[in-house]
Amino acid sequence: MSATPILTVEHMTMRFGGLVAIDDLSFVAERGHITSIIGPNGAGKTTVFNCITGFYKPTTGRLTLTHEDGTTYFLERLDDFRINRFARVARTFQNIRLFTGMTVLENLLVAQHNTLMHASGYSLLAVFMPHLYRPKENDAVELAKYWLDRTGLLAHADDPAGSLPYGAQRRLEIARAMCTRPKLLCLDEPAAGLNPKESEELNRLLVSIRDEENISILLIEHDMGVVMKISDRIVVLDYGKKIAEGTPEEVRNDPAVIAAYLGVEDEEVEQATGGAQ
Amino acid sequence: MEYFLQQLINGLTLGSIYGLIAIGYTMVYGIIGMINFAHGDIFMIGAFVSLIVFLILIGLGVTWIPLVLLLVLIVAMVITAAYGWTVERLAYRPLRGSFRLAPLITAIGMSIFLQNYVQLAQGARTKAIPPVITDGYTLMTSPDGFVVQLSNIQIIIMLVTIVLMAIFAWVIAKTPLGRAQRATEQDATMAALLGINVDRTISLTFVIGAALAAVAGLMFVLYYGVIDFYIGFIAGIKAFTAAVLGGIGSLPGAMLGGLIIGLIETMWSAYFTIEYKDVAAFSILAITLIFLPSGLLGKPEVEKV
Amino acid sequence: MSEASAGTATASAAHTHAPRRNPLKDALVESFMAGLLAAVLASFILGVRTVDAPGGLVLEYRWHWVLNAFLIVGVGRFLLRLFWWKEGAALPRALSAASGRISGVVGQRLLWLGVGLVILAFVLPFIPGIQRYHMDIAILVLTYVLLGWGLNVVVGYAGLLDLGYVAFYAVGAYSYALLAKTFGLGFWTVLPLAGFLAAIWGMILGFPVLRLRGDYLAIVTLAFGEIIRVVLLNWQEVTGGPDGISGIPRPTFFGLEFKRFGENTFHGFFGIEFSPMHRIIFLYYIILVLAMITYFVTNRLRRLPVGRAWEAMREDEIACRTLGINTTNTKLTAFAIGAFFGGLGGSFFATRQGFISPESFTFIESAIILAIVVLGGLGSQIGVALAAVVMIGGFEALRNMEWLQEFVATNFGVEHFDPGEYRMLLFGLLMVVIMVWKPRGLVGSRTPTIFLGKEKKAISREYVGEGSG
Repeated sequence: MSATPILTVEHMTMRFGGLVAIDDLSFVAERGHITSIIGPNGAGKTTVFNCITGFYKPTTGRLTLTHEDGTTYFLERLDDFRINRFARVARTFQNIRLFTGMTVLENLLVAQHNTLMHASGYSLLAVFMPHLYRPKENDAVELAKYWLDRTGLLAHADDPAGSLPYGAQRRLEIARAMCTRPKLLCLDEPAAGLNPKESEELNRLLVSIRDEENISILLIEHDMGVVMKISDRIVVLDYGKKIAEGTPEEVRNDPAVIAAYLGVEDEEVEQATGGAQ
Repeated sequence: MEYFLQQLINGLTLGSIYGLIAIGYTMVYGIIGMINFAHGDIFMIGAFVSLIVFLILIGLGVTWIPLVLLLVLIVAMVITAAYGWTVERLAYRPLRGSFRLAPLITAIGMSIFLQNYVQLAQGARTKAIPPVITDGYTLMTSPDGFVVQLSNIQIIIMLVTIVLMAIFAWVIAKTPLGRAQRATEQDATMAALLGINVDRTISLTFVIGAALAAVAGLMFVLYYGVIDFYIGFIAGIKAFTAAVLGGIGSLPGAMLGGLIIGLIETMWSAYFTIEYKDVAAFSILAITLIFLPSGLLGKPEVEKV
Repeated sequence: MSEASAGTATASAAHTHAPRRNPLKDALVESFMAGLLAAVLASFILGVRTVDAPGGLVLEYRWHWVLNAFLIVGVGRFLLRLFWWKEGAALPRALSAASGRISGVVGQRLLWLGVGLVILAFVLPFIPGIQRYHMDIAILVLTYVLLGWGLNVVVGYAGLLDLGYVAFYAVGAYSYALLAKTFGLGFWTVLPLAGFLAAIWGMILGFPVLRLRGDYLAIVTLAFGEIIRVVLLNWQEVTGGPDGISGIPRPTFFGLEFKRFGENTFHGFFGIEFSPMHRIIFLYYIILVLAMITYFVTNRLRRLPVGRAWEAMREDEIACRTLGINTTNTKLTAFAIGAFFGGLGGSFFATRQGFISPESFTFIESAIILAIVVLGGLGSQIGVALAAVVMIGGFEALRNMEWLQEFVATNFGVEHFDPGEYRMLLFGLLMVVIMVWKPRGLVGSRTPTIFLGKEKKAISREYVGEGSG
């Protein structure tokens, strides 16, 4: 697998008033890899995501996203919606954010908003000439069906998203992110609240997104079973600082990581060091 | 300079009235997070009850004005508070925890109802009484003969406002009721779990707000001498502006906002055009909300992703 | 009064009273207290009336009204307590079952209901027995249906709480009046222009409030509405100030005028006898067509990307932004489209009345339109139409109830009783009652914009967001 970076984070610092949430963080996510960010609660993982996806502007630092064709985007300069639209970064949320009153299918069509807006003449033309727009919408429905199939939600296409069980909502959020045709997929604790079987399915889905769709993934996860099994590279944060980086094997044996986790919860240390072998 | 001083006095008087109404808005918004749209009309009811009770007492031959005013104040506060309680009980409590727009619509409905109720009961024409308290002090006279006056009624309005604010601040800070109120404001569910009767606390908030609005109503009657069923709408919006400007949920903020709105309105009328004084107040509202959404003394709201 | 308040009433009763007390005694005490409260409320507002007299206000005592208030509320409460707020009470159960069945049937056949209403609307002028004032009410109802559908885009779809919608109605009306009078342009030319002007104002006023949410947005839009009204009131040179603009040109039927005399008259061209009804019927069809256009356009927009983005924004604005949706533009389009239809409504209002003044564009209009949208069920077009019929039609009908007037005069001895005076009072009361009874509005479900399967299920409101802005 080629090892060119898709996302390069350089010297990123994020302050909220006097609080330093991220302190001079630098790391690289390789193209076609699953890069995981782990760390104890409050380590600043979600803040990193919020900086990458534009909800926060980092106080200092540079976030460079590079496409295969060499186009680069400086994410800290882009508005949040442009980060998805042009830099092609998609994300999910720790506390699921679906359009609960819309159907599963509608959720996936909203995700293709910009393509469809263009196809429908910014919706105004299509008011009077729906026949020109219909084929494009059918394409969008096909893409949605593809991802519904991949996530096992095809049978629920016409159900309101809010009526789905928890695990299905998590999968739907991933499907929705994928419908924006991203280059980099950022997942914020996708395995949280899943049972072991669902967790296993999620592993397979993420690996297939990486291997078959060739999409890079950035993953925040507490479930070490997921992290250790599928990550190509792991970045460990503690109190906003990077304390370790490397392959799962390297991270698992890193004394700094063990110390950081020992300071927090025994269970997680066990998972981090031995649980996933 | 003398002209300015006079406008300052007038503005502070008007601002005190706005501030008293604004407290009702800010408390209700603080505790249940809704704009009590009918609060302006509660103020209007307070003004009407004050006027009517005043006329009754004069008709009964009670002429010692301090006694009359005290009686009017008490009766107006009690009856207006009953209105405040009833509005909350009928229109807001059944919708607690429901769809967010629903209480806003019932509040607008209540506002329409109260306006038309008073219009039908008392007639649509304006009601005027001759000035009750007339004397005042001449503070200074400018060389060209402009007289700066501080009338007794202005002194009374400011004094009553200060006294009520002090009592009120004490109630919120020191009494069990105040504690229950602050706790409910922070987290109603948790407050209920800790044994606070949330329903009663909210009811009391409406009662207090309405009682203060009644005081404002009496002041309005005494100061202007003219009322109609429609005064609640404009005064209500301005008082709400005051609450927002001061930082909604903050009691000193409501008072400060009231004074600022009163001053701006008076100064605008004095130095620019009186026709556009409402535009000035509304523009302040829009500008505040857009550029300073948490107001002067409010706590900023943090958006969490 | 309602399921919801009955629920809280029984709950609070369970709290404060120990079980196994005499229920009749409880009910009596409660009713007495309620009656007492009503008497206190009525005391100085209903019980004493201020009357203008030479030399100042005099008082007219009507203490029997206080007694009436006590009796009505006390007895009413007692009856409710006995027959309504009781577990397993037969009447409310039967009623809620019936209303459930009706809304179930209606819910499944919304489409047919809609088709039926449209057919009825088209043949209405030709139904025997329809008189001038029926047509006037119908025109008014349709105006509010149009405005409701326009505002529905902003509040129902995009979830942006707009309390200043009347501003765009006013912009449309004044645009039409000024353009038609100054430049002599015809109704059909000015109509789209007025719509576009209103849409531009929608964006101008929408821009500063983009960051605001919820009640704050509501209050700023209210302020904007009032600012526009005050400007109309004071900008004498252009708007005529409080006197307004009169002599606004009437619409013509392909150049034919609805006048009794003159050339190019409608009745002259068709060789029929002149009747003032022709113009009324013509106006009726204009507003009907405008309303149908509004329905068609807004309904189709909902199924297009921009409409889905509106609804998605109502559900979760942050999620929208992570999907690459420019929520700023999306909000502005919602304001603009909503305002456009407000402008159309305003133009129609101006041409129908022939006279406009700032008095027609007060906050109460915004409140009525918003109430129609919320009472109908946010986002539901059929619901909005139903609410407009009930709220506007019902209350306009009160204006012409001579029978009720006579009934009251003969049975209660009250003379000068005009039911029309109670119109707004009942309107306000009904807003409260309907909201308490059905907080989600009359039509409480959302129809998805696209289906994969054959079965077309509506979405229950419990999942549907209410918007944060």
